[in-house]
Amino acid sequence: MKKSAKTIGTGRVSRRSILKGGAAVAGTTLVTGFPTVWAQNLKDITLNHTGMSYSTLPDIARQASKDLGFKVEMSVVDHPGLINRMINDPKSIDVADMEIWQTKIAVPQGVLQGVEIGKVKNWDQLTPLYTTGVFNGKEVSREGDAPIEYIYLDAVDAKAFASSQTEFATFVPGVYNADTLGIRPDLVGRDITSWADLISPDFKGKAAIQNIPTNGIMDAMMALEGAGEMTYGDKGNPTQDEIQQTIARLIELKRGGHWRALWNTFDESVNLMAGGEVVIQSMWSPAVTAVQTQNVPCVYQPLKEGYRGWGNGLAMLAHLDGLKRDAAYEYMTWYNSGWVGGFIAKQGYYSSNPATAKAALSENERGFFYEGKAATADITSPTGQKTNSAGDVRDGGSYEDRFANVAVWNNLMDEAEFLYSKWNEFSAA
Amino acid sequence: MNSRSSALPYIQVSPLALVLILFFTIPVALVLVVSFFRYQMLVGIVPDFTFKNYADILTNQTNWLLYWSTLKFAVIVLAITGFIGFWVSYFLVFHIRNLVTAIALFLVCTVPFWTSNIIRMISWRPVLGREGLVNQALVGSGLTDQPVEWLLYSDFAVVVAYVHLFTLFMIVPIFNSMARIDKSLLEAAMDAGASRWGVIWNVVLPLSKTGIALGTLFVVTLVMGDFSVVTVMSGGLSGSAASAIFNDLQFLNYPRAAANAVILLIVVLLIASAIFRLVDVRKELVR
Repeated sequence: MKKSAKTIGTGRVSRRSILKGGAAVAGTTLVTGFPTVWAQNLKDITLNHTGMSYSTLPDIARQASKDLGFKVEMSVVDHPGLINRMINDPKSIDVADMEIWQTKIAVPQGVLQGVEIGKVKNWDQLTPLYTTGVFNGKEVSREGDAPIEYIYLDAVDAKAFASSQTEFATFVPGVYNADTLGIRPDLVGRDITSWADLISPDFKGKAAIQNIPTNGIMDAMMALEGAGEMTYGDKGNPTQDEIQQTIARLIELKRGGHWRALWNTFDESVNLMAGGEVVIQSMWSPAVTAVQTQNVPCVYQPLKEGYRGWGNGLAMLAHLDGLKRDAAYEYMTWYNSGWVGGFIAKQGYYSSNPATAKAALSENERGFFYEGKAATADITSPTGQKTNSAGDVRDGGSYEDRFANVAVWNNLMDEAEFLYSKWNEFSAA
Repeated sequence: MNSRSSALPYIQVSPLALVLILFFTIPVALVLVVSFFRYQMLVGIVPDFTFKNYADILTNQTNWLLYWSTLKFAVIVLAITGFIGFWVSYFLVFHIRNLVTAIALFLVCTVPFWTSNIIRMISWRPVLGREGLVNQALVGSGLTDQPVEWLLYSDFAVVVAYVHLFTLFMIVPIFNSMARIDKSLLEAAMDAGASRWGVIWNVVLPLSKTGIALGTLFVVTLVMGDFSVVTVMSGGLSGSAASAIFNDLQFLNYPRAAANAVILLIVVLLIASAIFRLVDVRKELVR
């Protein structure tokens, strides 16, 4: 860990020099000027950031505490755990690092307070994926819970989402990514081009799907639709019939021995892939990185049907006020000011302020992670282990190519309760 | 004076009673209460009095399948651990003449317990996996062309892990009751003309039944209450009665999870009372 901190430190120096060279764009509110709240007792503040393991990283808290002059602490929970905590013990959280669909529960419950957009100094630099819903000149897919549909509120204490851009946000855009299937290029034995390959008989007994109903069903729907077995009105909000048929097919595949396993946690997916138990499976980007650090070839394969997008946001809990709320604004602005973007890029995620994230990366890393260029030197994980060699090109091309191609967003569907009971049948079958 | 002496036994049992009330009675009562509450999608519990949770569980075929599969595991694991437990204890008690050696060997049985359950369970993966030790040996020696798939992520793997984890719970009580058997009884049986098997069947086995009953109780309750071993070793492909509870908790459906816990508790209590009906453990223990 120490080593990685050093590499990042040197990365910062090079960013400064890049800035001087005028290569970076829109870097106006970079790390300079933090903190802007000059209160003597600011240092006594402890801000709690609670979220899921993939984005709630102690390294971020450490750096934030250093840069901001007050203490940021991280609490890691799982998806249901976050909702549980927000509803039953909201005061134990200050800033919730939520997935977009989770706001559909939190906002009506009134546990959040709207973010005053004017107080987030770098808001206008944030990605239009979230803020306008138009990306690269094209409207972002509205299948599933697209960020634009849930980001605006009519008032600070609104219990419903606004239908147009307002002065209040549900959350400050956080990390996000476009998910696809992970494969072992050395073991699949042919080109993988479609989600349909997840259920292809070629990979009988060598495929796995995530055992997280809301995500697993999406992967299944993408696969079934890709294979031409099913069509869906809206994959982001399937009907009971569609869910039933999809699960019936998943059960059929399970009984036929198609699934080597159903994985529940991140590390299980890493072990399945690294150990050669499966050659194609649902996967998250950092898991691909983790497999690569073990020197096992693993590709996050772009597919012709597009990606399953997801996004997080930093939301303020209703109880925040006074100095602590000021600190939260400082933190949420800092979060999108470069360091975090550079750090999480190395686990495959994207920052909501791509310009500052790019500035925080070396030229090699910037080319590799954001611009679709071949690496000119080794690429390392956030913890400093090698993941790619010079000459490697990141799967899926540039940042723009990737996000212009999101087919459907992670979501909380209307029929979620029905889905859960059906998914239990799949688990038990 | 008289009243004090009658209060004394109550004072003596009060620490244990308090602990039990605080850490057992109250939690179980809470679970029971919540099991009648209503569930609101992803929000959690709403106080109410409804039998819906129980009705949901009992009318859902999935739950019956899960209970069936859990019972199946319990019976298989019981048979294997019972067999191993009996013979290991028999060997330690009747074949090792030196008490110190017997105790040393008994301690050897506990060595695997020096590491955590999870590590002992996970460590089967590199052994049983597709590229694991067993498959490397099988393929390397030419016994099979293809790696054997059913070794891992299968019911077989689940049973292997259960047996590994729970056999000691069988050995300890059986060893304990066998050690109390007066060796002269065995000699007397031999003198009376009993065969070696006759002695085991007619003397050792009946006198060890307390241990077997207690071991059975441990193993059955451990298997019935497990969800992690079955999930990890079957690769999520099999479930157990407790994994239904776990699934409900994933979506904050505490009321249904509580109802399921109550049902599981009743099932385990029924099994326990059946065991105690067969063997009067209390009587045997004071023997």
